[in-house]
Amino acid sequence: MTKFAVKDHEMVPEHVLLTPEEGAQVLKSFGIEAPHLPKIHVSDPAAKEIGAKVGDIIKIIRKSTTAKQSIFYRLVID
Amino acid sequence: MSLSQKEILEMIEGLDLPLSIKEALRSGLDGVEVTEEQFNEIIDNVLADYEHSRVEPCEAVGVVAAQSIGEPGTQMTMRTFHYAGVAEINVTLGLPRLIEIVDARKIPSTPTMTIRLMASDDPEKDYAHDRDKAREVAWAIESTSILHLGSIATDLAEMNVLIELNPGAMEQRKISAEEVAERLREETGLDVEQKENLLVMAPEEPSYRELLQLVETIKRISLKGVEGIKRVVIRKEGDEYVLYTEGSSLKKVMQFEGVDPTRIKTNNINEIGEVLGIEAARNAIINEATDTLREQGLSVDVRHIMLVADIMTVDGEVKQIGRHGVSGEKASVLARAAFEVTVNHILDAAIRGDVDDLKGVTENVIVGQPIQLGTGDVTLVANKR
Repeated sequence: MTKFAVKDHEMVPEHVLLTPEEGAQVLKSFGIEAPHLPKIHVSDPAAKEIGAKVGDIIKIIRKSTTAKQSIFYRLVID
Repeated sequence: MSLSQKEILEMIEGLDLPLSIKEALRSGLDGVEVTEEQFNEIIDNVLADYEHSRVEPCEAVGVVAAQSIGEPGTQMTMRTFHYAGVAEINVTLGLPRLIEIVDARKIPSTPTMTIRLMASDDPEKDYAHDRDKAREVAWAIESTSILHLGSIATDLAEMNVLIELNPGAMEQRKISAEEVAERLREETGLDVEQKENLLVMAPEEPSYRELLQLVETIKRISLKGVEGIKRVVIRKEGDEYVLYTEGSSLKKVMQFEGVDPTRIKTNNINEIGEVLGIEAARNAIINEATDTLREQGLSVDVRHIMLVADIMTVDGEVKQIGRHGVSGEKASVLARAAFEVTVNHILDAAIRGDVDDLKGVTENVIVGQPIQLGTGDVTLVANKR
């Protein structure tokens, strides 16, 4: 059996767990509250792998065909 | 005085532009002599152009996306089955496939996987470029039934089932007669008599019906491989061998020796969501939808499809566009009622005493008010002075 991490798969973009301070900074820059962000489940394989907890904000660095790279944020929910 | 290359790169880095435009700027200005004034003019023009290309605030991007996907959709064939370039493996394509994607069906009508194999410089481990090794993996994955290994017959006089195993076929699929007998014992709970390559089984009750039923049961038993993978086909793509399967089981197949787990694909979007997460599911929706449209010779801007994929995955799970998903979860009663099952929505809302704030587009069209989009979203307040 081969060792396999979800983040190695070519379809999974890079997930970065933000610290509460970084998270607050993101929310402030958009002028929104945390529940307004798109969601990701705490049981999501990619979220599990970086050890995210409910209430955390995950920064997702997507490879984009139009902009080359785009940044996306998701709030970890139950 | 012209700017140095380093200054140019630094100034480009500091701009608020997408990476792709920055890269285009960098390669365009590579080795070009420009003065600060010229450089600023270039940047101003790029920024103005970029600003112009962006979506205006209050623009109805959803409606534009719906039209942009819907119009080419009218030109798609209604019912296509296509042999995705591989003999025997048949995949739903065209309009039915597109509908399947936006409906977020739990299991697609023709599940299939594309399995890429491990490549290595060590010939012992190089599965991707060795046909025999690729074939080994294919046989390990493919669900093997008794019909792959030999023939099955009934002896009516003795009231038993005779299974004659083919040594060549067993050798190929790396399974022994003992293992087959063991698997049959496990699955049926009946005794299996083994004489070399001949297996004899008898039903519990010596009745004609039981005997025929036992034959059917034995035929359905998966002796080896991954359950649900009905067929595996090998095809050479470029210089590597790729396996195509009929049936999908991402989690199990990923663990096989020789399979490259980082490049394995399935057309079952829900399965991707479960195994690889919501972001991978979003990518899968985009890829599958673009491929389906392109295969039909239609080109839809990927941004529209990205919007659809984003909306479908915004809540952390794959939601369909429709009554049980995006459209059914709208906050406005009138907007939901305008879509499907009008009476139910209005009746439920009346019983609960729901209030509609008339903030969306549909509900304002229904009551005959200006919609809150584009210029309709801007209100002027006079400053009395």
